Amino acid sequence: MVIIGNGIAGVTCARHVRRYDPDIRITLISEESAHFYSRTALMYIYMGHMTYAHTKPYEDSFWPKNRLELLQARVESVHPKEKVLRLKGQESPFSYDILVIASGSRPRMLPVPGSEGPGVQGLYHLQDLERLEAMSPYLKQAVLIGGGLIGVEWAEMLLSRGVQVHFLVREKHFWNTVLDAREGQLLDRHLREHGVQLHLETEASEILRDATGQVSAVRTSKGELLPAQLAGISIGVTPNIDFLEGSGIVCGRGVRVDALNRTSEADIYAIGDCAEFQEAPAPGRKTLEQVWYTGRMQGEALAHTLCHPEDPSPYKPGPWFNSAKFFDIEYQTYGDVPAELRAGEQDLYWEHPEGKIALRLLFSQEASSDAVPRFLGVNSFGWRLRHAYFDQALRAGYPITRVLEELESASFDAEFSPRHAPKVRAAFRAATGLAVREPRKKSFFRFLFSS
Amino acid sequence: MGLGLFTYMLFQGSYRLEREDAAAVIKDIHQEALLPLLEPLYGQEYPSTHAFLSAYDALFQPYNEALKQEERWDEVIWDDYHFALSRSAASGGAVEAPLRWLTLTVGLMVLGGLLYILPLYRGEPAGIKHTGIFFSSMKNRGVLGILTGTYLISFYVILYWFPAYLNQAVFMVDPISKAISGNPASQWFLYGFLYTLIILVMGIRMFRKYRHSRYHLLRTASLMFFQLGFAFLLPEILVLLNQPWYDFKNIWPLDYSFFYTYRIEDMLASGGFGLFMLVWGILLIIIAVPIFTYFYGKRWYCSWVCGCGGLAETAGDPYRQLSDKSLKAWQVERYLVHGVLVFAVGMTFVTLANYFSSFALLGYATDQLHTAYGFLIGSAFAGVIGTGFYPFMGNRVWCRFGCPLAAYLGLVQRFKSRFRITTNGGQCISCGNCSTYCEMGIDVRWYAQRGQNIVRSSCVGCGVCASVCPRGVLKLENGAEAGRIQEELPIIIGNDSIKIKQ
Repeated sequence: MVIIGNGIAGVTCARHVRRYDPDIRITLISEESAHFYSRTALMYIYMGHMTYAHTKPYEDSFWPKNRLELLQARVESVHPKEKVLRLKGQESPFSYDILVIASGSRPRMLPVPGSEGPGVQGLYHLQDLERLEAMSPYLKQAVLIGGGLIGVEWAEMLLSRGVQVHFLVREKHFWNTVLDAREGQLLDRHLREHGVQLHLETEASEILRDATGQVSAVRTSKGELLPAQLAGISIGVTPNIDFLEGSGIVCGRGVRVDALNRTSEADIYAIGDCAEFQEAPAPGRKTLEQVWYTGRMQGEALAHTLCHPEDPSPYKPGPWFNSAKFFDIEYQTYGDVPAELRAGEQDLYWEHPEGKIALRLLFSQEASSDAVPRFLGVNSFGWRLRHAYFDQALRAGYPITRVLEELESASFDAEFSPRHAPKVRAAFRAATGLAVREPRKKSFFRFLFSS
Repeated sequence: MGLGLFTYMLFQGSYRLEREDAAAVIKDIHQEALLPLLEPLYGQEYPSTHAFLSAYDALFQPYNEALKQEERWDEVIWDDYHFALSRSAASGGAVEAPLRWLTLTVGLMVLGGLLYILPLYRGEPAGIKHTGIFFSSMKNRGVLGILTGTYLISFYVILYWFPAYLNQAVFMVDPISKAISGNPASQWFLYGFLYTLIILVMGIRMFRKYRHSRYHLLRTASLMFFQLGFAFLLPEILVLLNQPWYDFKNIWPLDYSFFYTYRIEDMLASGGFGLFMLVWGILLIIIAVPIFTYFYGKRWYCSWVCGCGGLAETAGDPYRQLSDKSLKAWQVERYLVHGVLVFAVGMTFVTLANYFSSFALLGYATDQLHTAYGFLIGSAFAGVIGTGFYPFMGNRVWCRFGCPLAAYLGLVQRFKSRFRITTNGGQCISCGNCSTYCEMGIDVRWYAQRGQNIVRSSCVGCGVCASVCPRGVLKLENGAEAGRIQEELPIIIGNDSIKIKQ
């Protein structure tokens, strides 16, 4: 079995196959790094919170111990008929019986003049970090283009090295495809508090270069000229599948797979960021979801299918969840919480007076006035929530009032953290007129001797 | 600068021993032999501690060695008079102006520390402050870190084995000791004074660093309170009241001499209050440790009360990321820390057997064991390595590899406790912040990424893994015992494809 890619999807698949089958030979091929590392921690390496070694989830001895062979090489092409791969710089073909494509994604590039060349880059690979590190000594100003999660990571990294940061966001507020205006503005304020120069409703129209070809400035759609030595791109990622061209494997935006992660060719599977499902794998889920845990779950499911052909396990994700951190503000979401309400939905937004903690609860709009609305999802800021609770609440369709009444135990904040649940319940009562009970106050004895 | 002056001060002063000084500090049984022997020293002026002690050794060593050669064991002098003699002979420097030197050294250090700490993170939003740690020479084993470690190690070596060289510093804190207990200071008073001061100053640094987290604010305040009140002031006040020196929060076997004959006799000789101390100490061991650890985990002691923990969580905080997370280190840790526990328990057993039987041979074994334990564990491990190695191996070297009480608390925590660190479903992204900043070298991520509760005997419950997690995955909790230890590995929430075990 050969796995292209040593990211979370490929590595999870390899680990689980090894658990089910002690004998099969497993090889992981990656061009990027000799060992699996956590891509999500790239920013922390640059900021000096960690070193590269800290980002490796398994010790180097883990791989030989589990007989997982690692090969650092670039796959140039796949030949399904011959069941071989061609590796860069190697004469002889590399054969496989089962091939798993887990090649991940790559940053999308900017379609504006001047974006070809040094000083314009994404933040995805270890090599991106190396390039950034190389230019850091003379980096004074940077323009960040694209208002997503990676954009904030960019900003945090660069500010930690004293670089002046201009952040161009096309929309009226940050991350408007996912957050509503109140949530986006909360984060806008926080970004500015950290010294980010936020340019809303602004795009890059041109990247200017000096005589030596280095980036010197970025011209915005508003005509402003922002001096910069770097343009950091964060306009999303796209499946990394160029090497499959000509292989005959059917691709759309990503490698097209069925619910068992099978591609159009026999014995070839695709998982993780590069896999695009022909149909949404579950209601409310997208055909292409490029987050850490979907890669992990597809790896788990495929490993089970490969080792238990009699009991195949189609990929079936549960309710949507995700999380992120914007400088100091943590964000979590459970359920499908849209930026704009859809028909039959209503929400309650509560924000702490200091403006760094917020909760948006999404619930149904019932046709009859005596039915209690159902809980549909939640976004939280600066407020940790318990995944197990909300997963259950979404599956079982808890009434929103129950979720509010249980908000204390549904929270995951550290002990002694201030309690905000009563204020949220008060806001809910005021907004809807529905009755929500306060949980019984814990006696001092219970506080001392039970959780 | 304060530190520089402190070091400079140690070389100040001069020595001039008079016969009456010597007579005042030498034990009666040695007076006959030593007073005439030291005749050449009397009235002489020595410019440095080293010169004085060398002159003393030149007289004393040949005499004592000769006795040993002739196997006249009854007459051999085992007492070390370096510290006492040099103290009685010293003049100049801090002897004449203790408060001036105290201000110039410790005062300047505290002032400098506060001038740095108080404005720390001012004008910055509250949050995790780990930027640049691995670029720091001090915090990532650079030149500054190595120098700091070397200085600390040297200080401990001098403190334990050559305290006479700290003479000047001890004189400096004399007025404070006299004000509290009425007695002149010893090197241990000096140590306790500096130790407490460092915890207080660096505790303020923790208040600045973690101003967004009540958990850290509370436990830091608790550590500062117990160090100042229980470890420093109360024992000295007890001495003032003619009671035995006793730290009410120090628990055997960390307090390894608790069952030593002289301690027990001291307590028994001090009436009802002494008896209370003895009972209190035993209750802590057999009641408080199991009960509190059952309800809260060992953190109630290690991260809220303990003095070693107090130093580690304040002065040691900048070095927490240097702990070794490898599997190898974990294996070494388990052998070492439980080995020390066995050593301490065995030694105490022999001591008590000796106490109750007064059997001569046992008495000899007890002395040998006490000497070995005191040297190897009490001084070398807990002090020199435990603190001196902060800048090399992280701030919990002693707690992790050597503390017998931590081992005992850990056994309770592992097998009979409501404490665990809960992981939050499928949110972990394996970034590694938790493992990196675990001072006990626990690979927290190993558990978090497979959705497993963290139940480890070594966890001191400092809560930093949970604070640094960018995805809100970790939470320290006390809860029902059922399901705490997940023998059957858990299923990460969110994948309905299969009910897979990690």
